[in-house]
Amino acid sequence: MKKLINDPENVLADSLVGVEAAHPELRVDHVNRIIYRGEPTKPGKVALISGGGSGHEPLHGGFVGFGMLDAACAGEVFTSPTPDQMQEATKVADAGAGVLHIVKNYTGDVMNFEMAAELAEADAGVKVETVVTNDDVAVEDSTWTAGRRGVGVTVLLEKIVGAAAEAGADLTAVGALARKVNAQGRSMGMALTSCTVPAAGKPTFEIPDDMMEMGVGIHGEPGRHRVPLAPAASIAQQLVEPILHDFDFTDGPSIVMLNGMGGSPLIELYLMYGEVKKILEKSGITVARSLVGNYITSLDMAGCSVTILKADDEILRFWDAPVNTAGLRWGV
Amino acid sequence: MAGGTVTIDQLVRWLSRFDALMAENRSYLTELDSAIGDADHGSNMARGMTAVMEKIGATPSTAVDELFKQVGMTLVTSVGGASGPLYGTFFLRFGSTAGPVAELDAGALAASLRAGLGGILARGKAELGDKTMFDAMSPAVDALDAEIAAGADIATATAGAAAAAVAGRDATEPLVARKGRASYLGDRSAGHLDPGATSTAFLFQALAEAVA
Repeated sequence: MKKLINDPENVLADSLVGVEAAHPELRVDHVNRIIYRGEPTKPGKVALISGGGSGHEPLHGGFVGFGMLDAACAGEVFTSPTPDQMQEATKVADAGAGVLHIVKNYTGDVMNFEMAAELAEADAGVKVETVVTNDDVAVEDSTWTAGRRGVGVTVLLEKIVGAAAEAGADLTAVGALARKVNAQGRSMGMALTSCTVPAAGKPTFEIPDDMMEMGVGIHGEPGRHRVPLAPAASIAQQLVEPILHDFDFTDGPSIVMLNGMGGSPLIELYLMYGEVKKILEKSGITVARSLVGNYITSLDMAGCSVTILKADDEILRFWDAPVNTAGLRWGV
Repeated sequence: MAGGTVTIDQLVRWLSRFDALMAENRSYLTELDSAIGDADHGSNMARGMTAVMEKIGATPSTAVDELFKQVGMTLVTSVGGASGPLYGTFFLRFGSTAGPVAELDAGALAASLRAGLGGILARGKAELGDKTMFDAMSPAVDALDAEIAAGADIATATAGAAAAAVAGRDATEPLVARKGRASYLGDRSAGHLDPGATSTAFLFQALAEAVA
Protein backbone atom coordinates (compact mmCIF):
# COMPACT_ATOMS: atom_id res chain seq x y z
CA MET A 1 0.00 0.00 0.00
CA LYS A 2 1.40 3.37 -1.03
CA LYS A 3 -0.63 6.26 0.31
CA LEU A 4 -0.13 9.85 1.43
CA ILE A 5 -0.79 9.08 5.08
CA ASN A 6 0.99 9.12 8.43
CA ASP A 7 -0.63 6.13 10.09
CA PRO A 8 -3.57 4.02 8.84
CA GLU A 9 -5.29 4.53 12.20
CA ASN A 10 -5.28 8.33 11.94
CA VAL A 11 -6.26 8.92 8.33
CA LEU A 12 -9.64 10.46 9.13
CA ALA A 13 -8.45 12.67 12.00
CA ASP A 14 -5.47 13.93 9.98
CA SER A 15 -7.65 14.59 6.94
CA LEU A 16 -10.10 16.66 8.98
CA VAL A 17 -7.17 18.81 10.15
CA GLY A 18 -6.46 19.49 6.48
CA VAL A 19 -10.09 20.26 5.69
CA GLU A 20 -10.10 22.88 8.41
CA ALA A 21 -6.79 24.33 7.25
CA ALA A 22 -7.93 24.56 3.63
CA HIS A 23 -11.42 25.89 4.30
CA PRO A 24 -11.62 28.71 6.82
CA GLU A 25 -15.27 29.10 5.79
CA LEU A 26 -16.01 25.75 7.45
CA ARG A 27 -15.88 24.75 11.10
CA VAL A 28 -14.65 21.31 12.08
CA ASP A 29 -15.60 19.60 15.35
CA HIS A 30 -12.66 17.22 15.65
CA VAL A 31 -14.01 15.38 18.70
CA ASN A 32 -17.30 14.47 17.04
CA ARG A 33 -15.91 14.50 13.50
CA ILE A 34 -18.48 16.89 12.15
CA ILE A 35 -17.98 19.52 9.44
CA TYR A 36 -20.25 22.57 9.82
CA ARG A 37 -20.68 25.75 7.86
CA GLY A 38 -18.77 28.60 9.49
CA GLU A 39 -22.00 30.52 10.04
CA PRO A 40 -24.72 28.93 12.18
CA THR A 41 -27.92 27.87 10.40
CA LYS A 42 -30.10 30.89 9.60
CA PRO A 43 -33.04 31.00 12.05
CA GLY A 44 -36.06 29.37 10.46
CA LYS A 45 -34.09 27.52 7.77
CA VAL A 46 -34.44 23.75 7.67
CA ALA A 47 -31.03 22.21 8.35
CA LEU A 48 -29.70 19.50 6.04
CA ILE A 49 -27.41 16.90 7.54
CA SER A 50 -25.77 13.99 5.88
CA GLY A 51 -22.89 11.73 6.61
CA GLY A 52 -21.50 8.33 6.08
CA GLY A 53 -18.26 6.50 5.88
CA SER A 54 -15.22 8.46 4.81
CA GLY A 55 -13.42 7.66 1.58
CA HIS A 56 -16.16 9.10 -0.66
CA GLU A 57 -14.84 12.66 -0.81
CA PRO A 58 -16.05 15.22 -1.70
CA LEU A 59 -19.18 13.46 -0.32
CA HIS A 60 -20.25 14.52 2.31
CA GLY A 61 -18.07 17.14 3.94
CA GLY A 62 -17.24 18.73 0.59
CA PHE A 63 -20.89 19.59 0.13
CA VAL A 64 -21.26 21.57 3.35
CA GLY A 65 -21.90 25.24 2.60
CA PHE A 66 -24.39 27.69 1.16
CA GLY A 67 -27.00 25.94 -0.96
CA MET A 68 -26.27 22.42 0.23
CA LEU A 69 -25.60 20.84 3.64
CA ASP A 70 -25.44 22.49 7.05
CA ALA A 71 -23.39 19.69 8.55
CA ALA A 72 -21.79 16.39 7.60
CA CYS A 73 -20.71 13.61 9.94
CA ALA A 74 -17.65 11.65 8.95
CA GLY A 75 -17.37 7.99 9.89
CA GLU A 76 -14.24 5.87 9.68
CA VAL A 77 -13.32 4.81 6.15
CA PHE A 78 -16.39 3.08 4.64
CA THR A 79 -17.97 2.84 8.11
CA SER A 80 -21.03 4.86 8.98
CA PRO A 81 -20.69 7.49 11.68
CA THR A 82 -22.16 6.75 15.09
CA PRO A 83 -25.50 7.93 16.51
CA ASP A 84 -23.93 10.31 19.04
CA GLN A 85 -22.11 12.15 16.23
CA MET A 86 -25.29 12.59 14.25
CA GLN A 87 -27.27 13.55 17.33
CA GLU A 88 -24.73 16.28 18.09
CA ALA A 89 -24.81 17.56 14.49
CA THR A 90 -28.60 17.51 14.56
CA LYS A 91 -28.77 19.53 17.78
CA VAL A 92 -26.17 22.08 16.69
CA ALA A 93 -27.48 22.61 13.15
CA ASP A 94 -31.15 22.89 14.08
CA ALA A 95 -32.35 26.49 13.84
CA GLY A 96 -35.86 25.75 15.02
CA ALA A 97 -37.24 24.63 11.66
CA GLY A 98 -36.18 21.01 11.98
CA VAL A 99 -33.55 18.85 10.35
CA LEU A 100 -33.52 16.63 7.29
CA HIS A 101 -31.28 13.57 7.58
CA ILE A 102 -30.02 12.43 4.18
CA VAL A 103 -29.08 8.77 4.52
CA LYS A 104 -27.71 6.40 1.90
CA ASN A 105 -29.32 2.98 2.00
CA TYR A 106 -26.58 0.96 3.59
CA THR A 107 -27.49 -1.11 6.64
CA GLY A 108 -25.04 0.64 8.96
CA ASP A 109 -25.97 4.15 7.87
CA VAL A 110 -29.66 3.43 8.21
CA MET A 111 -29.32 1.88 11.69
CA ASN A 112 -27.09 4.62 13.08
CA PHE A 113 -29.16 7.49 11.67
CA GLU A 114 -32.31 5.80 13.00
CA MET A 115 -30.84 5.69 16.49
CA ALA A 116 -29.65 9.31 16.13
CA ALA A 117 -33.08 10.58 15.11
CA GLU A 118 -34.67 8.77 18.07
CA LEU A 119 -32.11 10.29 20.43
CA ALA A 120 -32.36 13.82 19.00
CA GLU A 121 -36.13 13.81 19.18
CA ALA A 122 -36.22 12.34 22.70
CA ASP A 123 -33.37 14.46 24.01
CA ALA A 124 -33.68 17.89 22.47
CA GLY A 125 -37.11 17.82 20.85
CA VAL A 126 -35.62 18.44 17.41
CA LYS A 127 -37.98 17.60 14.54
CA VAL A 128 -36.23 15.19 12.22
CA GLU A 129 -37.29 14.02 8.78
CA THR A 130 -35.30 11.32 7.04
CA VAL A 131 -34.83 10.51 3.39
CA VAL A 132 -33.07 7.27 2.51
CA THR A 133 -31.59 7.29 -0.98
CA ASN A 134 -31.71 4.02 -2.91
CA ASP A 135 -30.91 4.69 -6.55
CA ASP A 136 -28.51 1.86 -7.44
CA VAL A 137 -30.04 -0.32 -10.15
CA ALA A 138 -27.16 -2.79 -9.86
CA VAL A 139 -29.06 -4.33 -6.97
CA GLU A 140 -31.63 -6.28 -8.90
CA ASP A 141 -33.23 -8.68 -6.52
CA SER A 142 -34.25 -6.28 -3.82
CA THR A 143 -36.67 -8.63 -2.07
CA TRP A 144 -33.65 -10.66 -0.99
CA THR A 145 -31.38 -7.80 -0.09
CA ALA A 146 -31.50 -4.84 2.24
CA GLY A 147 -32.85 -2.92 -0.75
CA ARG A 148 -30.99 -0.88 -3.30
CA ARG A 149 -27.93 1.07 -2.27
CA GLY A 150 -27.96 4.83 -2.08
CA VAL A 151 -25.24 6.19 -4.34
CA GLY A 152 -24.91 9.05 -6.87
CA VAL A 153 -28.37 10.50 -6.52
CA THR A 154 -27.34 11.57 -3.01
CA VAL A 155 -25.15 14.30 -4.54
CA LEU A 156 -27.89 15.64 -6.80
CA LEU A 157 -30.41 15.46 -3.97
CA GLU A 158 -28.20 17.42 -1.59
CA LYS A 159 -27.83 20.17 -4.21
CA ILE A 160 -31.50 20.40 -5.17
CA VAL A 161 -32.99 20.05 -1.72
CA GLY A 162 -30.30 22.33 -0.29
CA ALA A 163 -31.47 25.08 -2.64
CA ALA A 164 -35.08 24.53 -1.60
CA ALA A 165 -34.15 24.82 2.08
CA GLU A 166 -32.17 27.97 1.30
CA ALA A 167 -35.28 29.38 -0.42
CA GLY A 168 -37.30 28.88 2.75
CA ALA A 169 -39.16 25.59 2.18
CA ASP A 170 -40.40 24.06 5.44
CA LEU A 171 -39.43 20.63 6.76
CA THR A 172 -42.40 18.85 5.24
CA ALA A 173 -41.79 20.40 1.82
CA VAL A 174 -38.07 19.70 2.00
CA GLY A 175 -38.73 16.08 2.93
CA ALA A 176 -41.26 15.66 0.12
CA LEU A 177 -38.88 17.15 -2.46
CA ALA A 178 -36.08 14.89 -1.23
CA ARG A 179 -38.25 11.81 -1.68
CA LYS A 180 -39.32 12.98 -5.12
CA VAL A 181 -35.72 13.45 -6.26
CA ASN A 182 -34.76 10.05 -4.90
CA ALA A 183 -37.73 8.39 -6.60
CA GLN A 184 -36.78 9.88 -9.98
CA GLY A 185 -33.07 9.11 -9.89
CA ARG A 186 -31.18 5.96 -10.88
CA SER A 187 -27.48 5.03 -10.87
CA MET A 188 -25.17 2.27 -12.01
CA GLY A 189 -21.45 1.95 -11.35
CA MET A 190 -18.42 -0.07 -12.44
CA ALA A 191 -14.84 -0.63 -11.34
CA LEU A 192 -11.63 -1.28 -13.23
CA THR A 193 -9.62 -1.82 -10.05
CA SER A 194 -10.24 -2.37 -6.37
CA CYS A 195 -9.57 0.36 -3.88
CA THR A 196 -7.31 -0.08 -0.86
CA VAL A 197 -8.79 0.65 2.56
CA PRO A 198 -5.91 2.13 4.62
CA ALA A 199 -6.67 0.03 7.71
CA ALA A 200 -6.81 -3.14 5.59
CA GLY A 201 -3.54 -2.31 3.85
CA LYS A 202 -4.25 -4.14 0.62
CA PRO A 203 -6.81 -4.08 -2.17
CA THR A 204 -10.30 -5.20 -1.10
CA PHE A 205 -10.52 -7.53 -4.08
CA GLU A 206 -8.27 -8.77 -6.83
CA ILE A 207 -9.29 -8.24 -10.40
CA PRO A 208 -7.35 -9.52 -13.41
CA ASP A 209 -6.09 -6.98 -15.96
CA ASP A 210 -8.58 -8.12 -18.58
CA MET A 211 -11.67 -8.03 -16.39
CA MET A 212 -13.91 -5.40 -14.79
CA GLU A 213 -16.61 -5.35 -12.12
CA MET A 214 -20.05 -4.17 -13.18
CA GLY A 215 -22.52 -2.90 -10.63
CA VAL A 216 -20.23 -1.80 -7.84
CA GLY A 217 -21.30 0.44 -5.03
CA ILE A 218 -19.08 2.97 -3.35
CA HIS A 219 -17.32 0.88 -0.72
CA GLY A 220 -14.93 -0.99 -2.92
CA GLU A 221 -17.08 -4.03 -2.48
CA PRO A 222 -16.95 -6.36 -5.45
CA GLY A 223 -19.68 -5.75 -7.98
CA ARG A 224 -22.54 -7.93 -9.01
CA HIS A 225 -20.91 -9.37 -12.12
CA ARG A 226 -17.33 -9.71 -13.26
CA VAL A 227 -17.10 -9.36 -17.01
CA PRO A 228 -14.36 -8.95 -19.61
CA LEU A 229 -12.89 -5.48 -19.97
CA ALA A 230 -14.46 -3.64 -22.90
CA PRO A 231 -14.06 -0.35 -24.78
CA ALA A 232 -15.66 2.74 -23.21
CA ALA A 233 -18.57 2.70 -25.65
CA SER A 234 -19.52 -0.77 -24.48
CA ILE A 235 -19.01 0.10 -20.80
CA ALA A 236 -21.29 3.11 -21.27
CA GLN A 237 -23.89 0.83 -22.82
CA GLN A 238 -23.62 -1.62 -19.92
CA LEU A 239 -24.09 1.22 -17.44
CA VAL A 240 -26.92 3.08 -19.13
CA GLU A 241 -29.00 0.13 -20.28
CA PRO A 242 -30.01 -1.15 -16.83
CA ILE A 243 -30.87 2.42 -15.80
CA LEU A 244 -33.15 3.00 -18.77
CA HIS A 245 -34.63 -0.44 -18.30
CA ASP A 246 -35.60 0.50 -14.76
CA PHE A 247 -37.11 3.96 -15.24
CA ASP A 248 -38.58 5.99 -18.08
CA PHE A 249 -36.61 9.18 -18.65
CA THR A 250 -38.06 10.05 -22.07
CA ASP A 251 -40.90 12.33 -20.98
CA GLY A 252 -38.95 15.24 -19.55
CA PRO A 253 -35.52 16.82 -19.14
CA SER A 254 -32.81 14.95 -17.23
CA ILE A 255 -29.79 15.81 -15.14
CA VAL A 256 -26.90 13.42 -15.79
CA MET A 257 -23.86 12.89 -13.60
CA LEU A 258 -20.82 10.97 -14.81
CA ASN A 259 -19.00 10.34 -11.58
CA GLY A 260 -15.45 9.13 -11.08
CA MET A 261 -14.69 6.59 -8.36
CA GLY A 262 -11.50 8.38 -7.39
CA GLY A 263 -8.84 6.62 -9.45
CA SER A 264 -9.84 7.51 -13.02
CA PRO A 265 -8.52 10.70 -14.62
CA LEU A 266 -10.86 13.36 -15.97
CA ILE A 267 -9.82 12.61 -19.55
CA GLU A 268 -11.40 9.19 -19.16
CA LEU A 269 -14.45 10.53 -17.34
CA TYR A 270 -15.14 13.06 -20.11
CA LEU A 271 -14.61 10.34 -22.71
CA MET A 272 -17.14 8.20 -20.86
CA TYR A 273 -19.57 11.10 -20.63
CA GLY A 274 -19.40 11.53 -24.40
CA GLU A 275 -20.33 7.89 -24.85
CA VAL A 276 -23.16 8.10 -22.30
CA LYS A 277 -24.58 11.25 -23.90
CA LYS A 278 -24.63 9.57 -27.34
CA ILE A 279 -26.61 6.64 -25.97
CA LEU A 280 -29.06 8.91 -24.14
CA GLU A 281 -29.68 11.00 -27.25
CA LYS A 282 -30.31 7.88 -29.28
CA SER A 283 -32.78 6.74 -26.62
CA GLY A 284 -34.74 9.98 -26.86
CA ILE A 285 -33.60 11.44 -23.57
CA THR A 286 -33.07 15.19 -23.25
CA VAL A 287 -30.06 16.02 -21.11
CA ALA A 288 -30.76 19.43 -19.60
CA ARG A 289 -27.80 19.61 -17.20
CA SER A 290 -24.67 17.56 -16.68
CA LEU A 291 -21.94 17.08 -14.14
CA VAL A 292 -18.65 15.28 -14.83
CA GLY A 293 -16.02 14.62 -12.18
CA ASN A 294 -15.26 12.95 -8.85
CA TYR A 295 -18.25 13.57 -6.57
CA ILE A 296 -18.98 10.30 -4.74
CA THR A 297 -15.80 8.30 -4.79
CA SER A 298 -14.49 5.03 -3.47
CA LEU A 299 -10.97 5.98 -2.32
CA ASP A 300 -8.55 5.13 -5.13
CA MET A 301 -10.81 2.81 -7.12
CA ALA A 302 -10.64 3.30 -10.89
CA GLY A 303 -14.03 3.32 -12.54
CA CYS A 304 -17.12 5.42 -12.80
CA SER A 305 -20.84 5.59 -12.25
CA VAL A 306 -23.71 7.13 -14.15
CA THR A 307 -26.62 8.82 -12.40
CA ILE A 308 -29.67 10.01 -14.27
CA LEU A 309 -32.30 12.15 -12.59
CA LYS A 310 -35.61 12.98 -14.23
CA ALA A 311 -36.03 16.72 -13.71
CA ASP A 312 -38.82 19.26 -14.05
CA ASP A 313 -38.93 23.06 -13.86
CA GLU A 314 -38.79 23.07 -10.08
CA ILE A 315 -35.83 20.67 -9.94
CA LEU A 316 -33.93 22.56 -12.65
CA ARG A 317 -34.55 25.88 -10.90
CA PHE A 318 -33.12 24.49 -7.64
CA TRP A 319 -30.27 22.84 -9.55
CA ASP A 320 -29.29 26.18 -11.10
CA ALA A 321 -29.52 28.10 -7.81
CA PRO A 322 -26.22 29.35 -6.38
CA VAL A 323 -24.10 26.91 -4.43
CA ASN A 324 -20.87 27.54 -2.57
CA THR A 325 -19.19 24.46 -1.17
CA ALA A 326 -15.73 22.93 -1.44
CA GLY A 327 -16.98 20.27 -3.84
CA LEU A 328 -19.56 22.14 -5.90
CA ARG A 329 -19.68 25.84 -6.63
CA TRP A 330 -21.57 27.97 -9.11
CA GLY A 331 -23.64 31.13 -9.35
CA VAL A 332 -21.83 32.86 -6.50
CA MET B 1 -27.65 -30.63 38.30
CA ALA B 2 -28.01 -27.07 37.10
CA GLY B 3 -26.03 -24.70 39.12
CA GLY B 4 -23.31 -22.23 39.64
CA THR B 5 -23.19 -18.57 38.92
CA VAL B 6 -21.35 -16.16 36.67
CA THR B 7 -19.67 -13.45 38.69
CA ILE B 8 -19.03 -9.93 37.52
CA ASP B 9 -15.32 -10.76 37.41
CA GLN B 10 -16.08 -13.56 34.98
CA LEU B 11 -18.21 -11.20 32.86
CA VAL B 12 -15.32 -8.72 32.74
CA ARG B 13 -13.04 -11.60 31.79
CA TRP B 14 -15.53 -12.41 28.99
CA LEU B 15 -15.17 -8.88 27.64
CA SER B 16 -11.42 -8.90 28.06
CA ARG B 17 -11.10 -12.25 26.29
CA PHE B 18 -13.38 -11.00 23.47
CA ASP B 19 -11.20 -7.90 23.19
CA ALA B 20 -8.10 -10.10 22.87
CA LEU B 21 -9.77 -12.31 20.25
CA MET B 22 -10.82 -9.25 18.22
CA ALA B 23 -7.26 -7.90 18.35
CA GLU B 24 -5.75 -11.26 17.35
CA ASN B 25 -8.25 -11.84 14.56
CA ARG B 26 -8.50 -8.32 13.28
CA SER B 27 -6.86 -9.10 9.94
CA TYR B 28 -8.72 -12.39 9.60
CA LEU B 29 -12.12 -10.72 10.09
CA THR B 30 -11.21 -7.93 7.69
CA GLU B 31 -10.13 -10.52 5.12
CA LEU B 32 -13.49 -12.28 5.44
CA ASP B 33 -15.18 -8.90 5.05
CA SER B 34 -13.07 -8.09 1.99
CA ALA B 35 -14.52 -11.11 0.23
CA ILE B 36 -18.14 -10.11 0.63
CA GLY B 37 -18.25 -6.73 2.33
CA ASP B 38 -16.20 -3.59 2.61
CA ALA B 39 -13.10 -4.71 4.46
CA ASP B 40 -13.62 -3.08 7.83
CA HIS B 41 -15.18 -5.60 10.24
CA GLY B 42 -11.92 -6.56 11.95
CA SER B 43 -10.66 -3.03 12.42
CA ASN B 44 -14.08 -1.82 13.58
CA MET B 45 -14.56 -4.56 16.18
CA ALA B 46 -10.98 -4.28 17.43
CA ARG B 47 -11.38 -0.51 17.78
CA GLY B 48 -14.71 -0.94 19.58
CA MET B 49 -13.46 -3.51 22.08
CA THR B 50 -10.33 -1.48 22.80
CA ALA B 51 -12.63 1.43 23.62
CA VAL B 52 -14.75 -0.84 25.83
CA MET B 53 -11.77 -2.03 27.86
CA GLU B 54 -10.57 1.55 28.27
CA LYS B 55 -14.01 2.66 29.35
CA ILE B 56 -14.57 -0.01 31.98
CA GLY B 57 -10.96 0.40 33.09
CA ALA B 58 -9.40 -0.91 36.25
CA THR B 59 -12.54 -0.59 38.37
CA PRO B 60 -15.52 -1.82 36.39
CA SER B 61 -19.00 -1.35 37.80
CA THR B 62 -20.11 -3.98 40.28
CA ALA B 63 -23.65 -4.12 38.88
CA VAL B 64 -24.19 -6.08 35.68
CA ASP B 65 -26.73 -3.63 34.23
CA GLU B 66 -24.38 -0.65 34.76
CA LEU B 67 -21.40 -2.51 33.36
CA PHE B 68 -23.17 -3.66 30.22
CA LYS B 69 -24.81 -0.30 29.65
CA GLN B 70 -21.30 1.14 29.49
CA VAL B 71 -20.17 -1.63 27.19
CA GLY B 72 -23.18 -1.27 24.89
CA MET B 73 -23.00 2.51 24.65
CA THR B 74 -19.27 2.42 24.04
CA LEU B 75 -19.75 0.02 21.14
CA VAL B 76 -22.63 2.07 19.72
CA THR B 77 -20.54 5.24 19.87
CA SER B 78 -17.20 3.87 18.70
CA VAL B 79 -17.78 1.14 16.13
CA GLY B 80 -20.14 2.64 13.55
CA GLY B 81 -21.33 0.60 10.58
CA ALA B 82 -23.92 -2.07 11.27
CA SER B 83 -21.79 -3.88 13.86
CA GLY B 84 -21.89 -0.93 16.28
CA PRO B 85 -25.67 -0.76 16.69
CA LEU B 86 -25.99 -4.56 16.58
CA TYR B 87 -23.33 -5.50 19.14
CA GLY B 88 -24.18 -2.38 21.16
CA THR B 89 -27.85 -3.31 21.36
CA PHE B 90 -26.91 -6.89 22.30
CA PHE B 91 -25.00 -5.72 25.38
CA LEU B 92 -27.55 -3.03 26.31
CA ARG B 93 -30.40 -5.54 26.32
CA PHE B 94 -28.25 -8.15 28.07
CA GLY B 95 -27.54 -5.66 30.86
CA SER B 96 -31.05 -4.35 31.33
CA THR B 97 -32.39 -7.89 31.58
CA ALA B 98 -29.68 -8.97 34.02
CA GLY B 99 -30.46 -6.00 36.26
CA PRO B 100 -28.50 -4.44 39.15
CA VAL B 101 -26.96 -7.68 40.36
CA ALA B 102 -23.40 -8.78 41.03
CA GLU B 103 -23.76 -12.25 39.59
CA LEU B 104 -26.04 -14.30 37.37
CA ASP B 105 -27.28 -17.81 37.92
CA ALA B 106 -27.74 -20.11 34.93
CA GLY B 107 -31.33 -19.03 34.34
CA ALA B 108 -30.47 -15.32 34.52
CA LEU B 109 -27.53 -15.79 32.13
CA ALA B 110 -29.79 -17.57 29.65
CA ALA B 111 -32.48 -14.88 29.94
CA SER B 112 -29.92 -12.09 29.46
CA LEU B 113 -28.39 -13.72 26.38
CA ARG B 114 -31.87 -14.33 25.00
CA ALA B 115 -32.70 -10.64 25.50
CA GLY B 116 -29.45 -9.65 23.75
CA LEU B 117 -30.37 -11.88 20.83
CA GLY B 118 -33.81 -10.21 20.77
CA GLY B 119 -32.08 -6.84 20.52
CA ILE B 120 -30.10 -7.95 17.50
CA LEU B 121 -33.25 -9.26 15.92
CA ALA B 122 -35.10 -5.97 16.55
CA ARG B 123 -32.28 -3.84 15.12
CA GLY B 124 -31.19 -6.04 12.24
CA LYS B 125 -34.46 -7.75 11.33
CA ALA B 126 -32.47 -10.76 10.12
CA GLU B 127 -33.76 -14.29 9.91
CA LEU B 128 -31.92 -17.58 10.14
CA GLY B 129 -30.17 -18.26 6.86
CA ASP B 130 -29.73 -14.60 5.93
CA LYS B 131 -25.95 -15.05 6.39
CA THR B 132 -25.49 -12.66 9.30
CA MET B 133 -24.26 -12.75 12.91
CA PHE B 134 -27.75 -13.98 13.81
CA ASP B 135 -26.89 -17.35 12.21
CA ALA B 136 -24.21 -17.91 14.87
CA MET B 137 -25.93 -16.25 17.79
CA SER B 138 -29.36 -17.82 17.53
CA PRO B 139 -28.18 -21.47 17.69
CA ALA B 140 -25.72 -20.52 20.45
CA VAL B 141 -28.47 -19.11 22.66
CA ASP B 142 -30.72 -22.08 21.85
CA ALA B 143 -27.95 -24.51 22.77
CA LEU B 144 -27.30 -22.74 26.05
CA ASP B 145 -31.00 -22.86 26.92
CA ALA B 146 -31.22 -26.54 26.09
CA GLU B 147 -28.13 -27.43 28.15
CA ILE B 148 -29.44 -25.52 31.14
CA ALA B 149 -32.89 -27.05 30.83
CA ALA B 150 -31.19 -30.45 30.81
CA GLY B 151 -29.43 -29.59 34.05
CA ALA B 152 -25.94 -28.76 32.82
CA ASP B 153 -23.72 -26.37 34.76
CA ILE B 154 -22.76 -22.99 33.34
CA ALA B 155 -19.35 -24.08 32.09
CA THR B 156 -20.87 -26.96 30.14
CA ALA B 157 -23.74 -24.84 28.84
CA THR B 158 -21.48 -22.04 27.58
CA ALA B 159 -19.15 -24.58 25.98
CA GLY B 160 -22.19 -26.00 24.20
CA ALA B 161 -23.20 -22.49 23.12
CA ALA B 162 -19.70 -21.82 21.77
CA ALA B 163 -19.77 -25.04 19.76
CA ALA B 164 -23.20 -24.18 18.37
CA ALA B 165 -21.99 -20.71 17.40
CA VAL B 166 -19.08 -22.24 15.49
CA ALA B 167 -21.44 -24.63 13.71
CA GLY B 168 -23.76 -21.73 12.92
CA ARG B 169 -20.82 -19.70 11.64
CA ASP B 170 -19.67 -22.57 9.41
CA ALA B 171 -23.19 -22.97 8.07
CA THR B 172 -23.07 -19.42 6.70
CA GLU B 173 -20.39 -20.37 4.17
CA PRO B 174 -22.62 -21.76 1.40
CA LEU B 175 -25.43 -19.26 1.96
CA VAL B 176 -26.39 -16.39 -0.31
CA ALA B 177 -26.55 -13.24 1.82
CA ARG B 178 -29.88 -11.49 2.18
CA LYS B 179 -28.98 -8.73 4.62
CA GLY B 180 -26.27 -6.16 4.96
CA ARG B 181 -23.49 -5.30 2.56
CA ALA B 182 -22.94 -8.87 1.37
CA SER B 183 -26.51 -9.08 0.08
CA TYR B 184 -25.58 -6.80 -2.83
CA LEU B 185 -23.34 -9.54 -4.19
CA GLY B 186 -26.16 -11.99 -4.77
CA ASP B 187 -24.88 -15.48 -5.59
CA ARG B 188 -21.30 -14.30 -5.34
CA SER B 189 -21.62 -14.08 -1.56
CA ALA B 190 -21.84 -17.90 -1.39
CA GLY B 191 -18.64 -19.76 -0.55
CA HIS B 192 -17.46 -17.29 2.09
CA LEU B 193 -17.91 -17.28 5.87
CA ASP B 194 -19.95 -14.37 7.12
CA PRO B 195 -17.66 -11.98 9.05
CA GLY B 196 -20.40 -11.05 11.56
CA ALA B 197 -21.17 -14.70 12.31
CA THR B 198 -17.44 -15.24 12.73
CA SER B 199 -17.00 -12.46 15.29
CA THR B 200 -20.09 -13.80 17.08
CA ALA B 201 -18.51 -17.26 17.32
CA PHE B 202 -15.53 -15.54 18.99
CA LEU B 203 -17.95 -13.83 21.39
CA PHE B 204 -19.26 -17.20 22.60
CA GLN B 205 -15.80 -18.75 22.64
CA ALA B 206 -14.73 -15.88 24.93
CA LEU B 207 -17.72 -16.48 27.21
CA ALA B 208 -17.01 -20.19 27.49
CA GLU B 209 -13.34 -19.53 28.27
CA ALA B 210 -14.21 -16.89 30.86
CA VAL B 211 -16.46 -19.19 32.88
CA ALA B 212 -14.54 -22.42 32.41
